[in-house]
Amino acid sequence: MQRWQFFGVWISVALFGAVVSCQPGGSDPTTDPEPTGPKPIEYQTTPYPWKKPANFPEPTYAFSKNPLTLEGVALGRALFYDDMLSVNGTVSCAFCHQQGAAFAHTDHALSHGINDKIGTRNNLGLQNMAFYKSFFWDGGVQDLDLLPIAPIENPVEMGHSMPALLNAVRQSPRYRPMFLAAFGTDSITTDRFLKSLSQFMLTMVSANSRYDKYVRNEAGGQLSTDELAGLTLFKQKCSTCHAGELFTDQSYRNNGLSRANNNDEGRSLITLRPEDRFRFRVPSLRNVERTSPYMHDGRFWTLEEVMNHYSTNMQDVPELDPALRINGKPGVPLTDTEKKQLVAFLRTLTDTDYIADRRLSAPN
Amino acid sequence: MYRSLLYVFLTGLGLTVGLLACDTPDPEAVTGTFVIQLDNVAGNQNLQLNTGTYRNALGESFTPTAFNYFVSNIRLIRTNGEDYVVPQDSSYFLVRETDPASQRITLKNVPYGDYKGVSFVLGVDSLRSTMDISRRTGALDPGSDHTGANGMYWSWNSGYIFMKLEGTSPSAPVDATGSNTFRYHIGFFGGRDTRTINNLKTIPVLFGTDVAQVDAEKVPTVLLQADVLKIFDGPTLLSIKTNPEVMISPFSSSIANNYAQMFAYRGKTTATLN
Repeated sequence: MQRWQFFGVWISVALFGAVVSCQPGGSDPTTDPEPTGPKPIEYQTTPYPWKKPANFPEPTYAFSKNPLTLEGVALGRALFYDDMLSVNGTVSCAFCHQQGAAFAHTDHALSHGINDKIGTRNNLGLQNMAFYKSFFWDGGVQDLDLLPIAPIENPVEMGHSMPALLNAVRQSPRYRPMFLAAFGTDSITTDRFLKSLSQFMLTMVSANSRYDKYVRNEAGGQLSTDELAGLTLFKQKCSTCHAGELFTDQSYRNNGLSRANNNDEGRSLITLRPEDRFRFRVPSLRNVERTSPYMHDGRFWTLEEVMNHYSTNMQDVPELDPALRINGKPGVPLTDTEKKQLVAFLRTLTDTDYIADRRLSAPN
Repeated sequence: MYRSLLYVFLTGLGLTVGLLACDTPDPEAVTGTFVIQLDNVAGNQNLQLNTGTYRNALGESFTPTAFNYFVSNIRLIRTNGEDYVVPQDSSYFLVRETDPASQRITLKNVPYGDYKGVSFVLGVDSLRSTMDISRRTGALDPGSDHTGANGMYWSWNSGYIFMKLEGTSPSAPVDATGSNTFRYHIGFFGGRDTRTINNLKTIPVLFGTDVAQVDAEKVPTVLLQADVLKIFDGPTLLSIKTNPEVMISPFSSSIANNYAQMFAYRGKTTATLN
């Protein structure tokens, strides 16, 4: 070795020393241990083909912040049907949101939670949540991602606490691989937990009733004479509030229910505005035949009772919505024939595809 | 021999250069650290949950059992007018009386300079209150512990509780559990779709004639006191007997107007680096 070569080696060693001395921890990068165990699975999700029904408005949910994937939807579905979401492992989301009832709780007037605790309101069917601006009878939650915290932590519903639940999910061998598949790592956070539930709920789109096929001119979209007469009546007398293809204008109104047994103040408990006292969400009427009982407190069990309320039993309360006061009198006058035709029309809003959709039923 | 010494010398030189490159303070660094120490008190007494008994302006005695509040959107007020606004994502702190560590707010990357005050929002601003869930981590995580006394989030009426004071008082009526409790949970950011009341308060606290200096050698700690008695004594006199429970009601605004005045500057210390 020539001297100049020797000199070069010394310089190299010195510079190397300078370089490694700056590295955090100062470890030699060449001695990093080989990763042990099986090679990590490559993270690849499959986009979920979510489609807006042709006759629907634009969705309100910002899909860009939570792109739907088959893996995310599958995780949300598993969580939706899992009893572990309640504190004593007895009540899942599906306990009160049953597919056969278009995800309402058909035989309960008021929500039914853990230990047979009874809530104060009738649960709403779940459908088309991608299109709603707000949720619950009083609109207290305006972001679908935040919705599940309310029933999970409500002491008369699922009675759990989010940190305890998230810890249980973290310890469950079932969920780590599902979070990994949906989000790339098995880290289980509030954000991922809630967004996977949102993903599943966003796939709950009901738009295949006989009425939908009728308006889209599709096969199977025949309406009978009575149903067509009901549709005409509906447009004249009901569609101010039950507007558009969602069959709700998403407003809060008072519809003249008697307050003799229930003094729930509804929307004003959220906004504190005096004008919102005794107002409730205008519910969608899709699948209404399946979502009995009706009204925020489930006081009516049949659509015929609902017709009678609107035509003759409406109370003249000061908060009554102006649209429901006709010629100074409360109520929407309806003959017996008109009531029958309206009910016949409402039954065309039943979406049997939705109720039978296996993608929405309990996973195996 | 002579050449060998040269190589040893060169090696040493190379290593020295390397070490210097690591340890010499970055000449570009112009930021330091600023600490806000919060101290919760009741008048001139230290606040003691569960054991301390205090008297409000109306003479009602009470024992606090929980006291929490959010401090957010911190702005450090500079003598030269160039205020330093703490980056939004790092500017939310949940202060709990039960957690001493939460009462010390350490702000990094504060520009060197002279500071004469601080201002902050008591609560969580409307923008953050309606932000995507992924932007609400740490103290803001709606999935963190919001049960019992720790609860600072309303799940059924989406929003944060800005200030919570709970306690017992002979002036409060007996509740279902047999104790005389009072509970003040104050929130409301102004509403998302429908305008609601807005109890957000921006609170400036000036350091009087003091100047807190941040530079390469100095880390100032300013001491701010939060006086729970001021929650009862401000523009509106709050009576535990008349209002034992205030959460979702218009009267919450009166309490917010009171607590907007509960903070006071009580001095500073300066730690010297090196």
